[in-house]
Amino acid sequence: MYNSTICSFMLSADYILQPRMVVVRQSSVSCTLKNQSVRIGHCTKVPRNENLEKLQHGYLFPEIERHELRHLRMYPNANVIDLGIGDTTQPIPTLVTSSMVDFVRGLSTVTGYKGYGPEQGEKALRKAITVAFYKDFGIKPSEVFVSDGAQCDITRLQLLMGLNQKIAVQDPSFPAYIDSSVIIGQSGKFVDETGKYKNIEYMTCGPQSDFFPDLPTISRTQLIFFNSPNNPTGHAATRKQLEQLVDFAKVNGSIIIFDSAYSAYITDDSPKSIYEIPGAREVAIEVSSFSKFAGFTGVRLGWTVVPEELLYSNGFPVVHDFNRIMCTCFNGASNIVQAGGLACLSLEGLRAVRSLVDYYMENARILVDALTSLGLTVYGGKNAPYVWVHFPGSKSWNVFAEILEKTHIITVPGSGFGPGGEEYIRISAFGQRDSVIEASQRLKYLLYLQEN
Amino acid sequence: MGSYPRLPFFWVVSKLHLYSIIIERVDFYLWGSFGCCRGHVSLPVKSVGICKCVATPQEAETAYKTRVTRNPNIGKLQAGYLFPEIARRRSAHLLKYPDAKVISLGIGDTTEPIPEVITDAMSKRSHALSTIEGYSGYGAEQGEKPLRRAIASTFYSDLDIEEDDIFVSDGAKCDISRLQIVFGSDVKMAVQDPSYPAYVDSSVIMGQTGFYQKDVQKFANIEYMRCNPENGFFPDLSSISRPDIIFFCSPNNPTGAAATRKQLIELVQFAKDNGSIVIHDSAYAMYISGDNPRSIFEIPGAKEVAIETSSFSKYAGFTGVRLGWTVIPKQLLYSDGFPVAKDFNRIVCTCFNGASNISQAGGLACLSPEGLNAMREVIGFYKENTNIIVDTFDSLGFKVYGGKDAPYVWVHFPGRSSWDVFSEILEKTHVVTTPGSGFGPGGEGFIRVSAFGHRENILEACRRFKQLYK
Repeated sequence: MYNSTICSFMLSADYILQPRMVVVRQSSVSCTLKNQSVRIGHCTKVPRNENLEKLQHGYLFPEIERHELRHLRMYPNANVIDLGIGDTTQPIPTLVTSSMVDFVRGLSTVTGYKGYGPEQGEKALRKAITVAFYKDFGIKPSEVFVSDGAQCDITRLQLLMGLNQKIAVQDPSFPAYIDSSVIIGQSGKFVDETGKYKNIEYMTCGPQSDFFPDLPTISRTQLIFFNSPNNPTGHAATRKQLEQLVDFAKVNGSIIIFDSAYSAYITDDSPKSIYEIPGAREVAIEVSSFSKFAGFTGVRLGWTVVPEELLYSNGFPVVHDFNRIMCTCFNGASNIVQAGGLACLSLEGLRAVRSLVDYYMENARILVDALTSLGLTVYGGKNAPYVWVHFPGSKSWNVFAEILEKTHIITVPGSGFGPGGEEYIRISAFGQRDSVIEASQRLKYLLYLQEN
Repeated sequence: MGSYPRLPFFWVVSKLHLYSIIIERVDFYLWGSFGCCRGHVSLPVKSVGICKCVATPQEAETAYKTRVTRNPNIGKLQAGYLFPEIARRRSAHLLKYPDAKVISLGIGDTTEPIPEVITDAMSKRSHALSTIEGYSGYGAEQGEKPLRRAIASTFYSDLDIEEDDIFVSDGAKCDISRLQIVFGSDVKMAVQDPSYPAYVDSSVIMGQTGFYQKDVQKFANIEYMRCNPENGFFPDLSSISRPDIIFFCSPNNPTGAAATRKQLIELVQFAKDNGSIVIHDSAYAMYISGDNPRSIFEIPGAKEVAIETSSFSKYAGFTGVRLGWTVIPKQLLYSDGFPVAKDFNRIVCTCFNGASNISQAGGLACLSPEGLNAMREVIGFYKENTNIIVDTFDSLGFKVYGGKDAPYVWVHFPGRSSWDVFSEILEKTHVVTTPGSGFGPGGEGFIRVSAFGHRENILEACRRFKQLYK
């Protein structure tokens, strides 16, 4: 594709898509920009990782931020409301932060000082996670690995599995599953026409199929990423659906990586953990996070469950290798943060963080009501803090841009989550109540204007 | 038994998979046992068939297996990561001698409390998170701007390294793996021998290496650069075949050697001539006593060939708090001219989500004038520990290395297996050290004694050494 080597520069936040400049090797140690005599200095002989070359653009959420910054430069006085990146906004309950304060103070004392902790996490926290979330499902503390968050765990799981695997993902889905798969070398190249990477199975999840993949049409993959409640659609898989998924995995010998980061938002009786499904222990890993139910997005804490029964094709336990990864590529979540996590999972702690979830779900309800009243088809918002709005026949980046331009509201274009997200916009319910109300009003006004 | 997770013995022996099962059994067996675990594998595959210590209960015959193949790269690893192995030995020893006062000079774990100026800042930040004005959600994945600025001005002020060349992380060990992910599987590493095990292990996991060669105790396709007393702990670069990436830790863990300016100039030149990238691990730079360079970027031209990774762990006692950073200059380019920093940024945004904001608040306080003074005091304390240990082994007639520019003492036990010496010291003095061969074949015949510890424990350990080796 390239006759000479290509050099892409992201010169500043102003460039959303990088201008590509052609570089010619003049000698073994220097490069110049072609058609300009600008010497850009020594080039090493280290080849760029071609997996990173396959990535199409920057990661989705920094791209959204770049749009926001550009918009702010154009409209410095605009009251921009951010319902884009799913970033928590409400303070963490004092019960939780005070336990972190106490722990921190202890670090300055001889008796309270702690150095390296176990890479798998503090025993007490592993136990508390087991009790809080997996009490009736036979998960043991030794199967729980504390981490600095689900996004990091997803990559560590990819590192664990290696490049000779094929993943299936929901379409649309949280971009880290696909991006990490590309990075680790599991996928092929991106195909512009389809908007998909080769060697990744995209399982369309749309309203026609109740946001659940049509499994008989899915070809077998080694790994299946499944996020429920789903980011971005907000759909929580039913028990029946998850039973089908576990069956499917069993028949195909696949491993499900179940992302339950939003399970605290479930309001109906949809399963909160994959391990509620019999047989799941033999086919599934579960990843979760304190980010969205405790406001720990910046604090950084999560966990991954790898049951002992989960075996590779040669009978080797997956948990053994995951432990090796955690010990070699990681050094434990911050001990201060783990103290906070422990406080979250006490009875009072769970009650206190519950109020955060309720607050965001009330935001979601307001958004759903406002958008529905305008005649829009709205999904999600009941079991997750995301509202998934359908704009039939549209290009989601255009809708995103129009909403931003005309109402100064940041959302996320559905196609950022995969081709199955085209025609949709994700609106996040994280935000201050008055901002959410204001946003609802602006959207109502915009759509009213458009109709008249 | 011990503190590692208890694993089921699920082994289904089938003729088709017999070979791979045997390999796995060797790996698993060594990982899960004590007495016969060495830092390296020396059992030929055949003899494992005789080893009946792996049980296969009835239900294992019918246990469900997925059809997902185990990552062969992880299968190449010989045993558990070095430091959990040391921890297991220590736990086993405590079970054997429950009343022994075990002193840990093994894992390089800090022991002294964090100065209050630093914990105050973390308390403040923790508390602020429960207020409307003080709450913050996701931070920039590259780190908070004030911290990046402070790192640049504290450590790189006259070296032309800018704030946006700095990426804050949850520690050097994690950064090493993230760098491996950036570079991918098609590159070849060179490491010092001996060296911090994460460089080799992460290279194996990433698929850059071949199999472990038991006879030489090395992985194929890694260049091991011997560093020993004879070459002043600096490799003979003329004997190295070209690697893509060179891991260079200075001051060195485990040998304690700090490279001189002349040596680093040579290293940078070597990298330039070969088009290689140096990953300079400077986690112990603040322990340097003399005027050896603290940063690779003190060397002219280094910005075009080097990355530097560092950590607050050993300066501020942040081993459990988790904070570090990596510097990638804009001038560092791949062969096609693409800036390495851009790809690292992509990895940081996709595979990571920033260091904890509380830890970062602590980091910022570390770099205030008061914080820096406080850190220097703690570092001084550990350096004094180091002197005591060096003096002890010196007085016993041992050849002792390191200890001047790093909190590690590298003691020579010529002609002896380092795991044997480790066991002897543990058994007879109840002091945990680290066997040199855990850091590579070049570490055989050496023991690493870490100087992190309460003063009374250091003194007591030294008394016991004197008893044992008088």
